Amino acid sequence: MRVLTGLLLAILTTFSSLGVAGPKFEHWTLDSGLRVYYVDIQDLPMLDINVTFDAGSARDGKKAGVANLTMSMMDSGSAGMSADEIAEAFESVGARLYASASKDMANIGLRTITLEKPFNKAIDNWLSVMKSPDFPKADFERLQKQMKVSFESSKQRPGSIAGEAFNKNLYGDHPYAQPTRGFEDTVAAMTTEDLKAFYDQYIVEENAMVTIVGAVSREEAEVLAKRVAEVLPAGEKAKPIPEVKPLTEAKTVHIPFPSSQAHILIGQTGYKRGDPDYFKLYLANHPFGGSGFTSRLMKEIRVKRGLSYSVYSYFSPSRELGPFVMGLQTKIEQIDEAKEALNQMLKTYLKDGATAEEIEESKLNITGGFPMNIAGNSNIGNYADVIGFFDLPLDYLEHFTDKINEVTHEEAADAMRRRINPEAMLTIIVGGEEKKDSDKADGKTEGQ
Amino acid sequence: MQRILSSGKAIRHFRFLFLSLLLLSASAGADSTVSAPVKSKSGVSVKTLDNGLKILVKEDHRAPIAVVQVWYRVGTSYEHEGITGLSHALEHLMFKGTTKRKSGEFEVALSRIGAENNAFTSQDYTAYYEVLAAKHIETAIDLEADRMRNLVLDKLEFLREIEVVKEERRTRTDDNPNSKMREQFNAVAYLNNPYRAPVIGWMEDLDNMNLDDLKDWYAKWYAPNNATLVVAGDVDPQEVFALATKYFGDYKAVKLPVVKPRTEIPQIGLREIVIKAPAKVASFMMGFKTPGMITAKLGKVEKWEPYALDVLANILDGGSSARFAKKLVRGKEIAAGASAGYMGYGRMPQMFMVSGVPATGVEVDVLRKAIMEEIELMKTSLVTADELERVKAQVLASEIYQRDSVSHMAITLGSLEATGLGWELMDEYEEQILAITPEQIQQVAKKYLNEDQMTFARLEPQSLTSGGDK
Repeated sequence: MRVLTGLLLAILTTFSSLGVAGPKFEHWTLDSGLRVYYVDIQDLPMLDINVTFDAGSARDGKKAGVANLTMSMMDSGSAGMSADEIAEAFESVGARLYASASKDMANIGLRTITLEKPFNKAIDNWLSVMKSPDFPKADFERLQKQMKVSFESSKQRPGSIAGEAFNKNLYGDHPYAQPTRGFEDTVAAMTTEDLKAFYDQYIVEENAMVTIVGAVSREEAEVLAKRVAEVLPAGEKAKPIPEVKPLTEAKTVHIPFPSSQAHILIGQTGYKRGDPDYFKLYLANHPFGGSGFTSRLMKEIRVKRGLSYSVYSYFSPSRELGPFVMGLQTKIEQIDEAKEALNQMLKTYLKDGATAEEIEESKLNITGGFPMNIAGNSNIGNYADVIGFFDLPLDYLEHFTDKINEVTHEEAADAMRRRINPEAMLTIIVGGEEKKDSDKADGKTEGQ
Repeated sequence: MQRILSSGKAIRHFRFLFLSLLLLSASAGADSTVSAPVKSKSGVSVKTLDNGLKILVKEDHRAPIAVVQVWYRVGTSYEHEGITGLSHALEHLMFKGTTKRKSGEFEVALSRIGAENNAFTSQDYTAYYEVLAAKHIETAIDLEADRMRNLVLDKLEFLREIEVVKEERRTRTDDNPNSKMREQFNAVAYLNNPYRAPVIGWMEDLDNMNLDDLKDWYAKWYAPNNATLVVAGDVDPQEVFALATKYFGDYKAVKLPVVKPRTEIPQIGLREIVIKAPAKVASFMMGFKTPGMITAKLGKVEKWEPYALDVLANILDGGSSARFAKKLVRGKEIAAGASAGYMGYGRMPQMFMVSGVPATGVEVDVLRKAIMEEIELMKTSLVTADELERVKAQVLASEIYQRDSVSHMAITLGSLEATGLGWELMDEYEEQILAITPEQIQQVAKKYLNEDQMTFARLEPQSLTSGGDK
């Protein structure tokens, strides 16, 4: 793996749904309202079934962390089964139960083999877990204690501190400012009543979609989808989350930390799913900092100047505006040099744009890499989730490469210029001592 | 480009190899015996070229993609003190120019066909890979063959790249208290065996590394008779063999250095260290010296022993129904996390590893004691039929899930081959695991999980003095 975690992240988040002449997505909606996405893949005797809810941490409100806690409790008790019994029920048939929350989504999923006996048992248990979670108090208190360790652990990782500070300062009072796992105090103050209320409001059919990917027939998939609908109350669709207001002026936050390196993140808001500039911006970022070792950032900052092991830029689209981020890690003495290099390179790139040749190279890379993105059950399952959740067209994958190829290098440069304002960049530095000359610093932010 | 340093739990990624195998492969070139292609029950086709290059092809026609990997039998465990990190540093430089291609051309050629490429170094091997559309495998094979023998090691590029490696070390180890603990744990657990050194190298060794060190290392180890080409995906084995012959076939086998055994001396008592580093969360790790798969392969222990250790690890930590999660995380609620893993896939024996993070307000010693009690329990009573069935069900299911990743299949083959265990182990793994009995698990627990063969390291958090957390 390319080891550049930032880059990987970029690929996964911005690019998690492309295809060539790939998988055939089938879609239908049950009379009761549940949206179903199905891909028939018979190669391996396995199935992924995943219900996604519009119930990410963007829905947390003042109870920061409630979506994550709710999902984390899914394996802790249901219909009278204890956490031990749930664990044994799934693992005795080699099945895996997944439940998690991200900023836009919450999901409850299952991976199982499709041999009849284990399959039936896994499906029955999975539906039962989704239908009647008990949220046992004792288990919840244990989870709260574990979260405390997780919060403490983040305080010793400069990269985590930088990431949270970035979102906090980028999003201000928008829900995206809050970390998905919440804050120490909000998690400590939470009760199982809060979780139940969240569950009752958001884990409902009107707010859900299901993806079924693997070795089941269309008829079997139809039955499965109906069984999912039967365990979910109808409920109501969640209201849209607020729009994000982009930053209007530059801001720098330097958080001291006793590390040998500083983590530097520079960025601002980018684009959202379904954005009219989606393909232009995706392509425009690629030769700048999204293509790995052929990118401008990598060639200059790592290869030519040896300043950082990892350097990248990416857009991470979400329901509302996701971030545009440039990042690197460098030893403390090189903070200024590295930061200036990033800013200067961005300015130059915005002014001149990519060369026609760079754009051509990027198109080749993106379209050539397409088959890998749609290979395997896991990848296809991920696409199905994204296509369904963001209401993307079913032929989204089929046309992705065409849409990329249609963008001209002038259009890419123009979109980048319109959408990225170099005068309003947020800069987060974690590591070393705070310097007095940091422009417009708002001083220390809390280390979370 | 580069690198995954393997550490932590080894699933099947380690590597073994014994001295005689290296010598044998060196002379295999001279014998000029060409093996007839063979296809195994798991659908792996095998061929060895005159010059010793071994080729493994695993067909998977689900999607029009392929993985090309070249594995070299060289890594940190081939290094000695003073030159630690050399294999990994060379891996970085392997992405520069060759006598045929200028620096940077390699990346451009692969980028144009949409290939993802990188490399990783471990204690026992250095591996390079491309993941790409199957129709482009010739490009990858051409590029890999080129850099096997024609690398140009340039002074200026080295001077820049070694700074990148140092930044990598800072990111991975120096600023990560748990990595620091792991690094020092290894240095204490192994006294005379090269597994004591970090894959990325000690900082001072990086400071003093020079271009000649790299040239020497490249000349010694980068040869067809020290490599395995693995290709998996939507490919035809005969076509792969033909391409390999075309691009690698003209290289001559070289005489490989003799690798001294450096077998770890027997441990004769508990070793214990404390790591003080800026941190917030206390944690610890312990390792028990165990035989590896290689030990069994050499006939020094019963063949089932490593598999019994593997199952034992799963009884303790094979999911949420395993004993650590059930009894220590839930149950007594004294662990925020606890894990166990058998590292048995190296070219030399390693350890059975356990690590723990105490729950809030719980002392390290409390969790440590509870873990030792769990280990004692493995010696005094047999695991239940239910537990064993659960482990086996998970193994069977995992074998299916893992087939979803072509890269995973290729890595399994390549690492087994590069460690001297032999890729054929893949074919027997499942059967061997399924045959393990409760009595065998008890026997290996008694035989190996003893305090006299244990190393213990504890992270004692120090204030993040200038941190913004207070």
